[in-house]
Amino acid sequence: MKESSMKESSGGGFFRRWLAGKDLTREDLPRKERPAGRFWTKNRVETARMVVRTLLAGFFAVLFLLPIILTVTNSLMTPQEISANYGMIFAKRNGVRVFISETVNLKFIPDIVSFGQYFKVLILSPEYLMKFWNSFIYVVPIVVFQLAVASLASYGFARYRGRVREVIFFAYIILMLMPYQVTLVPNYLVANWLHIMDTRWAIWLPGIFSPFAVYMLTKYMRRIPRSIYEAAEIDGAGEWQIFTQICLPNCRGGLASIAILLFIDYWNMVEQPLILLTNDQLHPLSVFLSRINADEISLAFAVAVIYMVLPMMVFLYGEEYLVEGIVYQGGIKE
Amino acid sequence: MKRPAEKGSPIKRIREAGNRINRFLRRNADGQESAAREENPDHNAKHTPKEKRERRVSWMFLSPSVIGVSVFFVLPFFVVIYYSLIDNPVQHHFVGFSNYIKVAGNSAFLQAAGNTLKFSLVAVPLAVGLSLLLAVVMEQKLPWKSRFRSFFLSPMMVPTASVIMIWQILFHFNGLANVFLGHFGAGKIDWLKSAYAQVPIILLFLWKNLGYNMILFMAGLANIPRDQLEVARLESATEFQIFWLIKVRYLSSTILFVTIMSLINSFKVFREIYLMTGDYPYGTLYMMQHFMNNTFKSLDYQKLSAAAVMLAVFMVIVIGALFLTEDRFGRDLE
Repeated sequence: MKESSMKESSGGGFFRRWLAGKDLTREDLPRKERPAGRFWTKNRVETARMVVRTLLAGFFAVLFLLPIILTVTNSLMTPQEISANYGMIFAKRNGVRVFISETVNLKFIPDIVSFGQYFKVLILSPEYLMKFWNSFIYVVPIVVFQLAVASLASYGFARYRGRVREVIFFAYIILMLMPYQVTLVPNYLVANWLHIMDTRWAIWLPGIFSPFAVYMLTKYMRRIPRSIYEAAEIDGAGEWQIFTQICLPNCRGGLASIAILLFIDYWNMVEQPLILLTNDQLHPLSVFLSRINADEISLAFAVAVIYMVLPMMVFLYGEEYLVEGIVYQGGIKE
Repeated sequence: MKRPAEKGSPIKRIREAGNRINRFLRRNADGQESAAREENPDHNAKHTPKEKRERRVSWMFLSPSVIGVSVFFVLPFFVVIYYSLIDNPVQHHFVGFSNYIKVAGNSAFLQAAGNTLKFSLVAVPLAVGLSLLLAVVMEQKLPWKSRFRSFFLSPMMVPTASVIMIWQILFHFNGLANVFLGHFGAGKIDWLKSAYAQVPIILLFLWKNLGYNMILFMAGLANIPRDQLEVARLESATEFQIFWLIKVRYLSSTILFVTIMSLINSFKVFREIYLMTGDYPYGTLYMMQHFMNNTFKSLDYQKLSAAAVMLAVFMVIVIGALFLTEDRFGRDLE
């Protein structure tokens, strides 16, 4: 890189050469601004580019974090402060216009930090906790049993191979790529036939048999070297033993990654409950949050925070697994 | 690797294309295993007792998942196809494609399909381009790199329902976006009820999906052989040339995957729209899932089935086309 840039140190504008990643020399600056000495040393150029990159990344980071931070700070404000800040926006929601302030007022730090919303949500009004419990009771069995079913199936796909199994695996991939608009129609029909509409089973069963985890785990298991299985076989291990004692322990990382991806997906679900559950009592918190009306909007922020605490904890402890899982999903790491 | 000669009957060429898809899938799905499989091409030979046992074991492990997927997804989908071809579930008269023609002429369906398509055509390229930009920035020397990665990834973990209030504050008629734009003399826009209604949703979509895509691109970039880049630099290629001619080419399969995932996620954007605007959004926000939900409510199985089948076919065609494009561009990299 050094030789090449010295060879071509003249010609081309400053910006073009900077974009091209060349070492900049003083000739690269416009004549007027050209310093007496060699100002744009390699180190300085490197620093300047790093500053630009950091600013760009920082700008995006602020944009990305702002909604989360605002939700948290808003949850700590008193109802009076919330309605003073956003009165115009949420007052309209139930038809009654309450003029408090003409324009919206963005505040990061509450006047008075109050945990009153949380107290109200967690202790005084059990309906929020009920919906939180609903979300929880949908997610946990789906994650656990989808992983159980999938680890069996993936072992079947990965251990021995055949043409029919290959075709079925391809069908799983296509099914996985189908949007809800397609898969919910068959789900609805089955729920109707089995008379499980409006029960938790209508959400659980299609979730448990969803092909996503099978696809991911099969890819994971196929990377385990065949010789490990063969060694176990020679040592006289049975098929079930190989599965539970050789295969599964080797997949621990993959199982964690997939569990996180599944958890996010089902914690956030909206489409399935809307169609498969007409009874509001069974709806998860995600659907319920959008129905909170204006006079309870300060509570809504607290509920929103409670709702995102669990995924955030998972993220905090499992970020590496999450990243690993995403990369696996992409099939880049073979 | 050279392309096979483009001769022969169309059927032959289609079969060839199919083989290419298969090869691509196998390359992605099982890497080293396909070699082992090709060692034994004699599939029609009598199976040894060992092979029989292996097959039995394999199917035993597969059975829970295969049965579940068949019951909840595949078999009912055949019923969906059947429903789309009859006049009503009572008389079972076969009516050919008239249901499809009816749905394709339905103004609500056309509006929903048009809006979904419009949204995807804007949101998907933006999601791919911006996340690639972020990944390229993150790939270079940057302070607090892992911190930044966590920041970009965190929106993925936040349930959509938790941030809709913030989005409403931003894009209300008296909201922050209008206050901000007002400083530059722009007029007020009622974002969610105007021709710009898709803008806030696209921003929300990008906010949620950029981190995920970025991780995929970062993994792809890390996988590019270093020596290729060094040779290019020694040949005094500009960073711009290196990016377009080497990195993008090596990333082609990642770009394909990110595009597919973004496309699928853009079909899920109903969730965001529903949570922000409820059952009856502004016209340009009326998405495919809204149409399906309304059809579910009226229990018009024929319309529902025809729409689902059309969507499934559409998805298969789009994904197939993307795979073939990638195959054409990425072939000479192996």
